[in-house]
Amino acid sequence: MNETLRNVFLFAFVAGLIVLSGVMQSWNTAMVIVNMGLVSAVMSLGLNLQWGFAGLFNVGVMGFTALGGLATVLVAMPPVTEAWAAGGWRIMLGLLFGAAVIAAAAVVRYRMRPSRRRAAAMVTILVVGFFVYRWIFDAGVQAVEAVDPAKTGYLGGLGLPVVLAWPVGGLLAAGAAWIIGKAALGLRSDYLAIATLGIAEIIIAVLKNEDWLSRGVKNVTGIPRPVPYEIDLQSDPGFVAKAEAMGFDPVTASSLFVKVIYAGFFAAVVAALLVLAQLALKSPWGRMLRAIRDNEVAAEAMGKDVTRRHLQVFILGSAVCGMAGAMMTTLDSALIPTTYQPLRYTFLIWVMVIVGGSGNNLGAVLGGFLVWFLWVQVEPMGQWFMATITAPMAEDNALRVHLLESAAHMRLLTMGVVLLVVLRFSPRGLIPEK
Amino acid sequence: MDFLNAIVALSNFVLVPAIAYGSQLALGALGVTLIYGILRFSNFAHGDTMAFGTMVTILMTWWLQSMGVSLGPLPTALLALPVGIVGCMALVLITDRVVYRFYREQRAKPVILVIVSIGVMFILNGLVRFIIGPGDQRFADGERFIITAFDFRKMTGLQEGLALKTTQGITLVTAVIVVALLFWFLNHTRAGKSMRAYSDNEDLALLSGINPDRVVMITWLIVGALATVAGVLYGLDKSFKPFTYLQLLLPVFASAIVGGLGNPLGAIAGGFVIAFSEVMVTYAWKKVLGHLLPESLEPSGLVQLLSTDYKFAVSFVILLIVLLFRPTGLFRGKAV
Repeated sequence: MNETLRNVFLFAFVAGLIVLSGVMQSWNTAMVIVNMGLVSAVMSLGLNLQWGFAGLFNVGVMGFTALGGLATVLVAMPPVTEAWAAGGWRIMLGLLFGAAVIAAAAVVRYRMRPSRRRAAAMVTILVVGFFVYRWIFDAGVQAVEAVDPAKTGYLGGLGLPVVLAWPVGGLLAAGAAWIIGKAALGLRSDYLAIATLGIAEIIIAVLKNEDWLSRGVKNVTGIPRPVPYEIDLQSDPGFVAKAEAMGFDPVTASSLFVKVIYAGFFAAVVAALLVLAQLALKSPWGRMLRAIRDNEVAAEAMGKDVTRRHLQVFILGSAVCGMAGAMMTTLDSALIPTTYQPLRYTFLIWVMVIVGGSGNNLGAVLGGFLVWFLWVQVEPMGQWFMATITAPMAEDNALRVHLLESAAHMRLLTMGVVLLVVLRFSPRGLIPEK
Repeated sequence: MDFLNAIVALSNFVLVPAIAYGSQLALGALGVTLIYGILRFSNFAHGDTMAFGTMVTILMTWWLQSMGVSLGPLPTALLALPVGIVGCMALVLITDRVVYRFYREQRAKPVILVIVSIGVMFILNGLVRFIIGPGDQRFADGERFIITAFDFRKMTGLQEGLALKTTQGITLVTAVIVVALLFWFLNHTRAGKSMRAYSDNEDLALLSGINPDRVVMITWLIVGALATVAGVLYGLDKSFKPFTYLQLLLPVFASAIVGGLGNPLGAIAGGFVIAFSEVMVTYAWKKVLGHLLPESLEPSGLVQLLSTDYKFAVSFVILLIVLLFRPTGLFRGKAV
């Protein structure tokens, strides 16, 4: 029971921290932390599948998260019919043609015997195909992006309920993971790391540049929400009466209410994923993964298909990250490609998994909450700290001004220190793997 | 049809920038590859090590500039460079002593060291942003061009100009000197030979009385110097921004892997392969083709294969191709 008690204590401690910030700052802040903490927990559960279960070194979490965000736009935004009429079909044709070119090159590669002629044929198909593809595709893109660029200038989505985007985001991420896994798994672990780092940057580059798809740096805002809008709640007399009965003013109550519903949605996802991940961990499949992780050669000698299992778990973990990305974009109701930065969306998730305890699902959830809390709260703490130590200095002292201005960057430093301290003194994390 | 003009345009927009960028990448990749060869892990903090060395150099440059010291036509940063190198060497030695040594003595798995280097990356990134701020810093001064496009046109009477920036010239000269020094060191000195021996076969090297702590220390010193030089050259040529240096990690690693991890010669070749493909794929070929093709065939579009924002995609695709067909890199690297 000792272990259970310890876990309960750890979770209670983090919950206490959040409640404390609710009391000291505002309940709104606390709920923001809870919501993003839940999303972070999903991400770290996904990464824990890959790293904790199977020892795969994925540093492309950011890319899969961003794909989830894209899924939200593609599913929930209303379609822009003029754009489809102007060039949407041409873009689709271009993409199909591009896929056909790649397929043709692949067929040539498999059907012909290795020779100079085969290489020449492949290169010709690819080069000619590329130019034809650009010819079809570019005109479509131009037409689409010319449709009311200040408001739309993209194809829009399907106009379906936004919650559908969560599984779709998972699927998109899974597709990307399949491609990258096919190429880089089975090679050395460092290669997978660099490959995932690369694919993440590429996905972000696509989101930033393909305006017809995601409006690029013009951002997509106002994505439909699965919850009521604050304004509507504030004008609903029933709601206002209830809020006042509970002693809240309607504005605070409405924003809290919305956040609580989000938290309910997210908590359901986290709970479901946690149960599934626990079942997977205890299943023969989970044992096999851990056996592969601990000794690949021995597992292979027992007849386990190491590369296939790796591919499987890599796709699963990435899909979970994609889902988290879709949830996050739903929470923000906006897709802003420039906010995706590797330190925040990839390496911070790594800190969560390592701090929580790699290989332990509960640890991943705990790490998600704790590290997210620190990430948010270190900034005000840093401001306060800097203000305290610089208090004796003169108001316009250059050093003081610099320190106060730079306090925001303390969070990166803190994360690094937290990661190193945990790795040094408790390398198995707060809730170690059994 | 005008070959001369086409060649000049090609040199101006593709060859010269790619050679400069390639040298910068090669220097960065040499650092990564040395760490991989000797300490046997992929150092994710390398981009931020570069940023740190560059930051020290920039601060020193500003101080020198405020004192009125300058190198005339050359950038003042060259005077500040030794200070930056020493600062960076001190930093890597401290991180090694405080962080990495513990895991080395435990003989931790390489992947643990990689995660540790992620922690170091966070700290360095925070430190650099804390000291110099996250914004863009320009610190190049002195003469901007060795030859401007205008002068070149006047000299040769050609329609196209070839501009050679001072920073590009300095990059090339410095890179050649640094690489020559490095290879001389590795091949002709006792310390260099012991480094190579340690990299090839650790146990055998230990048996023959090579002091591992010394090898590791020398490696870090060299890496600190290489990282600073690479970072300063890149910063002079483009500009310094902490986030850009973090992103440099990808092309730098791609260069090291394409060449074969752990192989210094490969790192240089890889750097140029990556740089040339990045520049060539994202360059708009309209001008060059316009000179080469008869008027009737002149392209109407820009003939740019990919927009410049996709340069990461290029290094990535090259990396994948090499990994698929030659998993140990162009020059056989290590496989740990």
